[in-house]
Order: sequence, then C-alpha cells, then structure tokens
Amino acid sequence: MNPTVHATRLGLARGWTETRHSLTNPQDLGWNLIVVTVFVVVLLFQRNAKVEGSALPLAMLTLPGILGMWVAVAGYTGAAGTLAVEREDGTLLRAKAVPQGMVGYLVGRIVSLSLITLFTLVIIFVAGLLLLPHLATAGGSGWLVLIWVPVLGLLATLPWGAVIGSLVRSPNSAFGLTMLPIIGLTAISGIFYPISALPGWVQGVAQAFPIYWLGLGIRSGLLPDAAAALEISGSWRHLETAGVLGAWAVAGLLTAPAVLRRMARRESGSTMEAHRQQHLQRTP
Amino acid sequence: MTVLDKRGELAPNGAADTVIDVRGLRMRYGSRDVLTGVDFTVRRGEVITLLGPNGAGKTTTVEILEGFRMRSAGEVGVLGVDPAKGDERWRARIGVVLQSWRDHGRWRVRDLLAHLGSYYAPYSTPERERPHDVDKLLETVRLAEQAEQRLVSLSGGSAAAWTSLSGSWAGPSCCSSTSRPPGSTRWRGGTSTIWCTACPTWRTPPSCSPPTTSPRPSSSPTVSSSWPRGGSSPTGSADQLARQVSGQAEVRWSRGGERFVHATPDATRFVRELFAQYGEEVADLEVRRASLEDTYMAMVHRQERAR
Repeated sequence: MNPTVHATRLGLARGWTETRHSLTNPQDLGWNLIVVTVFVVVLLFQRNAKVEGSALPLAMLTLPGILGMWVAVAGYTGAAGTLAVEREDGTLLRAKAVPQGMVGYLVGRIVSLSLITLFTLVIIFVAGLLLLPHLATAGGSGWLVLIWVPVLGLLATLPWGAVIGSLVRSPNSAFGLTMLPIIGLTAISGIFYPISALPGWVQGVAQAFPIYWLGLGIRSGLLPDAAAALEISGSWRHLETAGVLGAWAVAGLLTAPAVLRRMARRESGSTMEAHRQQHLQRTP
Repeated sequence: MTVLDKRGELAPNGAADTVIDVRGLRMRYGSRDVLTGVDFTVRRGEVITLLGPNGAGKTTTVEILEGFRMRSAGEVGVLGVDPAKGDERWRARIGVVLQSWRDHGRWRVRDLLAHLGSYYAPYSTPERERPHDVDKLLETVRLAEQAEQRLVSLSGGSAAAWTSLSGSWAGPSCCSSTSRPPGSTRWRGGTSTIWCTACPTWRTPPSCSPPTTSPRPSSSPTVSSSWPRGGSSPTGSADQLARQVSGQAEVRWSRGGERFVHATPDATRFVRELFAQYGEEVADLEVRRASLEDTYMAMVHRQERAR
C-alpha cells in the first residue's frame, strides 16, 4: 500500500465528510441562504431592464457574472479564510502530527471547498432558471462549457487562496486581503455590466485576471451566440479563456505546495498559542 | 547520518533501550537563548516530565523532539532518528498530544478517531498492528458514550480524555505531550511530559494529566528540569528531586489541644525525639515529604535568587 496514494484516498473521504458537515450546519446553510437571496434580489431588479443595443434582459448577463464571481470568491476567500482559521485552531498541526496527514488535509480541503462551491452555484443557477425562463433554451456553446469553466476556474483560484492563507497572520486579514481585490476586479471585469463600456486599459487589466474569463466562459454557455457581439472582439474566445485560466492554475499549483510546506514547517503548538493570545488581545 | 549509529557512545549504559537522546541541545531565537545545552536520555518505559517556569524552554524542547521545530545546535535522536530529518515512517511511530486544540469541532469523536487512525494503516506490521480498534480505544479512555458526539460539544472531562487519546490512536512507540498543570495556582510555569514505550501494543498512559501536587508512586516519573540559565539543573525522580532541592519535610502534630508545625531535614529523627519527650501527649501526627509542587517552588526560588 503506497502511503501517499492511501492518504489521497483518505483525503477524498475527508473532503466528503467535511462537505456533509458544512451542508448540515445551520450557520453555513444560513450564510448560503443570504448569498443566494442577495443575488436573486439583484436578478429580480434587473429582470425587466434590457441590455443596451440588444433584446436581452440585463439579468441574463448578470447571472453568468454572478456565477463566475462566486467561483473566484470561493477559490480565493474560501481557501484563504479556511487555511488561516485552521492554522489557528490546530487542524493543520494535527494533520502534521500524523503520517501523510498534510496530503489528506489538502486533498480533503480541495474536495470540500469545490463541492460546497458547486452546491451554491447550482442553487443560484436553479433560482436563475426559475426567474429567467429563456435561459434554459438559450445555451449557445452547450452545457459542457458550464462544467469545464467553473472547474478550471476553481483550479485557477484555489491554490492562490491557499497561498494567501499561508502568508497572512490572521483569518481577518485573509478575508480582507482577498475580498478587496475581488470587489475591485469584479467592478472592472464586466460582471454586472458589459466590459466593453470601460476604457481600454481597464479592460486590459481585467483580462489579466481569472474573474473576467470566468464570467465570459459562463456567459458563453448560457447566452445565445448572438450575445457574443457584446464581448471584446465580438467572440466567446474559448481558447483564450482556457489559456488564461490554465496559466493561473499551473502557476498556482506550482507555487502553492512550496509556500504551504514552508508555512506548515513553521507551525507548532507554541506559535499557534502565540497567535491565539494575540487574537484574544485584539478582541477583549 | 542517523543518531542511531552514535547512540552507543552517547549513552553507553542500555543504549539499546534508549528512546530519546538529547545532547547539548541549544535553541536561540534571534539574540535570545532559550536552551543552552540541555542533556537527557529517556529509556524504554520511562516517563519524564520537564519542569520549569514560563519561558524555560519546555515546549520548545518537546517541539524539537516532535520534529515541529528546528534546533540551533546539539544532537537529538528520537527512536534513533534526528527529528529534523524524520520521514513519515518515523512520524508514524510518534504520538503527539496537542497542548491546546479547538480543531475538528464538527467531527464526531468516533469518525475523527477512525479517520486519523487510518493514516497509520500502511505502517502496520504483524508485531504492531495498526490502527487500533476504535471502540477499544474509546473504551480505554472512557469516551465510548461520547463516540457520536461532536468534538465541539465535549465537556471538560471528555475533552481531556480526547486530548490524551489523540496521542495514542496509532500505537506509537513514543508519545509526547505538553500541558499546563490544572488546579494549582502556585505553579508559575508548566510541565511537559514525555512517555516512551517500546511495547508492541501501546497502552494508554496511566494518567494523561501532568503531575499536579504529587505524582503517584506507581508511575514514579523521572523528573527532569529544564533551565535556561544557571548551570546544572537538578535531575532525578520526584523523590530524589525533593531531597536534593528542598531537603525539608514537614511535621505536624498537636499536644494538649495546641497545633504545631515543624520543618526538618530529618523527619524520622525529629519524630523519635518528639515521642521521647512527650510520649502519649503527641496526637494528630502527620509527616509530609515535600511534594513535587513544593520542590518545584523551591527550585524556582533558588533560580530567581541566583539571577
């Protein structure tokens, strides 16, 4: 029995257990409910507004944007926050204390974060289908793109979230450091209104990051092909989408293990206790 | 290079039984020396406790042994391997009890025990089958009734049982723990306890809480102190330490309704003289050897005076 393969298998089981814990936890479910409600309200308000120069309801453009953004939020903030919290509460230390425990921990976290994200995406999507009946018939590029874009998007963002979670000192800074850039990038990535309305250099910046491509990819799967005319260069650019998301994924998967190893090496009972004491001092 | 080869010359008596061997261990954080030359050896079946005030370096020492922290200098061998280079096979033979934990709160006791135990399965051998039976382990620490409870909902006693269990689910050959003694308000430091067993089947330590006021003679731990500065540190069993450091026993008695207390280095002689002088009048006689706690306090005082 190869111990690493064995630990990977244990990690898969661990991921499933933690997914079940999250999906049956009232607090987590409440958080999911709030997120879904906010997005549905946005869609409701935009249902009757039309996109300029087209017959599409604005909400049909927003829904893919929301789905794309949520992948990035889960990938960056979810991974960073979880790692920062579990560094502080001793989960990582416990993983370090058992043979190949870190392998199991990481595989488990990738599985559970992905499954929980997928669960939220499906709920938002179903809510969108009920609100926007056209959606079900609109799909231009087919359903396949709705699978590979979110999966590649998670791969492009999760490792970087983990890197941020390893470098920050507390869960609070993990949240702040990831949420602020996400809000900024969302604003310039054509998530809530077409990117073509923005100045050229802003479009350039947006195209360097995964959020724009996530939104574009999901739009290509949900909107009729004619809607591609609203995009930069008037095309869905699947090749470029796969290229940019793939590049982020490869770079992330190459960077994350080294950073995580360095962080894990430094983790010990006393550093954990020191962080905890600092935290207690901050919150009297 | 492994310490295994060197162990013979480092610990000539009973080298085969040596589980932990520490020689000239030094730890320096920036310009601050935390450990300046710690030496000790732990043999199979021994339980040792590191005593010392806060900042003496007890936790640091244990974390170096666990392979969680790199040392600045010195030779360290745990089960014949340098912890700084210990691989997963070595890791599988070590049990670690966390000083404080809040992790895995949503997991049920049995689920987490089974999950963590499974990591040891590839290291199972006919002599040491692993992981251990989950139900038996739970039974041993009297957690069977809480098996389906989530960790976050465990009460104090059950949480302590879980803490002790967490170092032993794999049947380790060596188990280390760091903790603070509960109860006593006089302790200004803590203790770090290291259990070493090389039995094929791990038995949960008789008591997983550190010695509070006096250790039970049955376990008779070797007590070693770890002092950052101040040269030689007293080492020995709790009883030896008490003689070495405080040297005083306390004799209490009453006579004619009045109570007396007397501290003496030779209690036997004092009591003999007491009876010779007052005979039948002596009542409520009580002789108390300095407890581990008293010894510890005496050591701290001495240390502070020396500074």
